[in-house]
This record gives sequence, structure tokens and C-alpha cells, in this order.
Amino acid sequence: MIQIENLSFTYSDEGTVSRTILDNVSLTIKPGEAVAIMGPNGSGKTTFARCLNGLLLPASGTVLIDGLDTRDQAQLPEIRRKIGMVFQNPDNQIVSATVEREIAFGLENLGVPCAEMHEIVDNMLTEFNLQHYRLHAPHYLSGGEKQRLALAAVMAMRPRYLALDEPTSLLDPKSRADILHIIKQLHCRQNHPVTTLLITQFPDEALHADRLLVFHNGRILMDDAPARVFSRVDELLAIGLEPPLEFVLK
Amino acid sequence: MDFTLELKQVTFKYTGIGGSEHSVLDHLNLRFDQQECTAIIGPSGSGKTTLIQHFTGLLKPISGQVLFNGRDIWGKQFSRKDLRRHIGLVFQFPEAQLFEETVFKDIAFAPQKQELPAEQVTGRVKEAMAAVGLEYTVFAERSPFKLSEGEKRRTAIAGVLAMEPALVVFDEPTAGLDADGIHRFSMIVDTLVQKKTAVIFITHNMEFVAQVARRVIVLKKGQVLFDGKPCDLFTNPSLIEQAEVQIPPVVHYLSSGKSPLAGNINAHNGRQKIWRRIEKIARNLNLEASE
Repeated sequence: MIQIENLSFTYSDEGTVSRTILDNVSLTIKPGEAVAIMGPNGSGKTTFARCLNGLLLPASGTVLIDGLDTRDQAQLPEIRRKIGMVFQNPDNQIVSATVEREIAFGLENLGVPCAEMHEIVDNMLTEFNLQHYRLHAPHYLSGGEKQRLALAAVMAMRPRYLALDEPTSLLDPKSRADILHIIKQLHCRQNHPVTTLLITQFPDEALHADRLLVFHNGRILMDDAPARVFSRVDELLAIGLEPPLEFVLK
Repeated sequence: MDFTLELKQVTFKYTGIGGSEHSVLDHLNLRFDQQECTAIIGPSGSGKTTLIQHFTGLLKPISGQVLFNGRDIWGKQFSRKDLRRHIGLVFQFPEAQLFEETVFKDIAFAPQKQELPAEQVTGRVKEAMAAVGLEYTVFAERSPFKLSEGEKRRTAIAGVLAMEPALVVFDEPTAGLDADGIHRFSMIVDTLVQKKTAVIFITHNMEFVAQVARRVIVLKKGQVLFDGKPCDLFTNPSLIEQAEVQIPPVVHYLSSGKSPLAGNINAHNGRQKIWRRIEKIARNLNLEASE
């Protein structure tokens, strides 16, 4: 379970002015949920995601991942094992010289025995349809393939939670559909299903979630089933978000 | 400014591991000579970004020619440095290229390189900022690194516009923008088109294509699959399938004759922005949007 209580985050500007990015956010995410997060640019979505695995620490309030506090340095490795992150641009995330090594990277750091590591890497290559690229350099892959690789490398560590920050915004329509399909599979599969948090600018992607959070000015403005959130057309338009056209035309 | 940009039989290949060759552009022919707004679409790996890098000589074709105003840009007498003043390239995430202390200095960088008189530089900066919707008195002296992501991107675009290019080429300009950001970018395109500046953009956003493009080029495997009006693309299902895109919902509504504007013409604020956009799309695609 992810428990967030009164989470606030501020960036300080030249030591004097501080800007509040997250303002007293409280929220519980239960295992097994598929959560989507929308909000205008600058509403705090990315900062929120970065607070989940301790990349950013709260100015006040607490973030507990299965009871582990992100402010406790000693717990961070375990927290980052539990919650995987995928960012908008896979180029910022991929570090290794070959596809195979990229998937093994996190496992090496966790000290997984060699034989088990080979097995996991093989499984990931198959599951994410990257087996033909095993020895390829990641920069020769297309955008969609790179994003699949970023996902495979994260999933190799078997996280319970997966936070995805606009993972499809750079992809062509077909690759976007592929990635969405994979995310749905990861959430529904029998073995190690994952709780997913998908930050997106595409309302059609949010429609598939169990629950949609709308961020605005660092607060959670709405938290409900996507269809019910999208029915609040005028409130969404007032903060610069557009529901899918079918809701606007109703 | 009048110009012509022609690609004749342009072929480009990347060399992979172990010397394997990967063809990206395959005997491609294209011509741009109107002050119009052109969208380039196509699946990942179809050669879109490689194509626009040929426009200013960032990449050199393996065979074939790129001609600007009839002259080979790889000819001995040709200055590619000058060419880059006439064709402005805005890359993906251009905000990553901001580097100056203030918004003014960042936008003024290129005109200053051209050694224009100071007041002319200021004039260019003011005009470019107006075109991207950044108020001069508010933003000129601020650090570009302390702006919002959307403002950073518009600052970077203004830096290209300040060169007063005849053609501006954008790579995925709406990626990562929210609905408001996309709306603002569409206004930048409108301003450029009004000023008779030609615009070419790469995108995966089909609604945006329907809204602003007068011409669509579909690339696939380094070849031109389609080059024509957006209405001829969106009414051709087999072409849509080959291009691996989907018809945007708004085009479905418009072509179903359901007339989404009916009863909504008196809608307020936020909704009105949507209706104006739908009307614009209807006009651009020659579809009915009657009340």
C-alpha cells in the first residue's frame, strides 16, 4: 500500500522565494489498483511521482511505501526495489551498451546470482518482444523499442508498483498502443501483478484506469472513476484540461 | 520570403554494428515552395527526423541533391551557414538548448551573431516574443531556467523566429504539452502563416494535423507514401492503415454528419475554445460543421 499524508514539496529559488509544487496532498493507493494521473503542465504530477521513490523528499508530510518511509535513507534501496519508475524519454534512463546488459543492470546492483540473472534477462527479452535485439546497442532501437527496453529493465527487478511519467508522449500511435497494452498486461497478469500509476496527457489513456486523479496547483482536485471525472466537463476545461470529445458532446 | 527547397532522389543510410547498413531515406523527391503549413507524419523509424536534418545540411545525402533556391546546398560556392538563417530548425525538446542568463539574451543570440544594429536586435526579440505569446516586459529579463516548461519551450522557439527564417521546421512540437499548450502552439503556427513564413512540422498528433496542416506528407520506410491535402488522407481508410495512424475522433464526428456544433454555439468559455477548434478543423478539411 502507498500511503501519502499531508505531502508538501517546495522548490527554493535563489534561497529566498520558494515555489510550492505539492500542497498538502493526502492519498492512499491500494495494491492492485490501476491509477491514472492527469493535470495541466506544472500542476505537480512529475514531482509527485518523484516523491514516491525518494528521488525527491517531502518538505513536510510523509510518503510510506508498504510502511517504509522515503525520508529514511536506510530504506531507500528497498523502496526503489518496490517501486519502479519509467520516464517520458527513455534516452534519459538507458545507461548500458547493449539491450541485454541494460536489463541486467538493476539485477547486478541487487546482487542477483548469475544463473538466475540470465533466466530473468531471457524472460524479459521474450516478454517485451526484444529477443532479436539482445546484443544491439540501445541507441539503434526506435523510440517505442527503447521505451519497451526501459520497461523491461524496470520490470526485471519485479517491483510491486510501477510509476510511469508520460511514457507514451514521444511515441508514434502504434508504439503508443503497444506500450499501453503492455502496461495493462502487467497490471492484470497472474504472476506478480503490478499496481500502476500512469501520468498522462492523453485522456483516452486515462479512461482505462480504475481511478483517475486530477492534479491542479499541487493539489488533488478530483479522485474518482475516469468516466465520472470526465463528466465534469466544465470544471476540467476551467483548469485547461480536455476530456475525451464524447464527454464534451454529451 | 519566397524560396524553394527541393530534394531530388535523396538517399541516406546509417551504418550499424558490424557495418550493416540501414536505409533511412530511399530516393526521396520532395519540393517545398509555398508559404504553407505542412505536416510530416509516419511511423517511428520512417525517416522523418532524418529528412528534416537534410533541409539545413546537418546530414549529407549518400546520393541525390538538396537544392535551396535552385542551388545545391552541398555545392562548393554554397554557404550552409547562411542557409541556417533562412531555415530555422526547432528540435524535440528545444528547451534543452537554452543557455543564456536572460530570456532576452537567449533570443537575441542569433540576430547578434548576424551583427545587426542593437535596436534591430531588440525589435526582432520583441517581435519573436510576441509571436510566441511571451510578454516582453514580464519575461525579457528573467532567467530562462526559472520559467515553466511551456514558457521555456516558447523561449526556445522565439530564439529561432528571431532569425526571421523563411521556413521554420519543428520536430514534434506538441509532445508533452497539455491541451492549453497545444492551443498556444497552434496560435504560434497561425501567426507564422499570417506573416508568410512557411511551417513544416513532424507530429504524431492527428487532430493537430487536421487543424493546421494544408499539406500532409506521409513517410514510410524512407519513401513518400502520400503527399496531399489532409482531407484526402482522412477520407482514405486504406491509406490511414498503411500510415499506421488513426482518424481523430473529431474528424469522425464531423464526417458522420452528427453536427457537433448543434446547440452548442452559445457555449461559454472553455467549450467555446473547443467549438472554434472544431470549426477550424471542419474548414480545413472541407467538412460540414453547420449549426
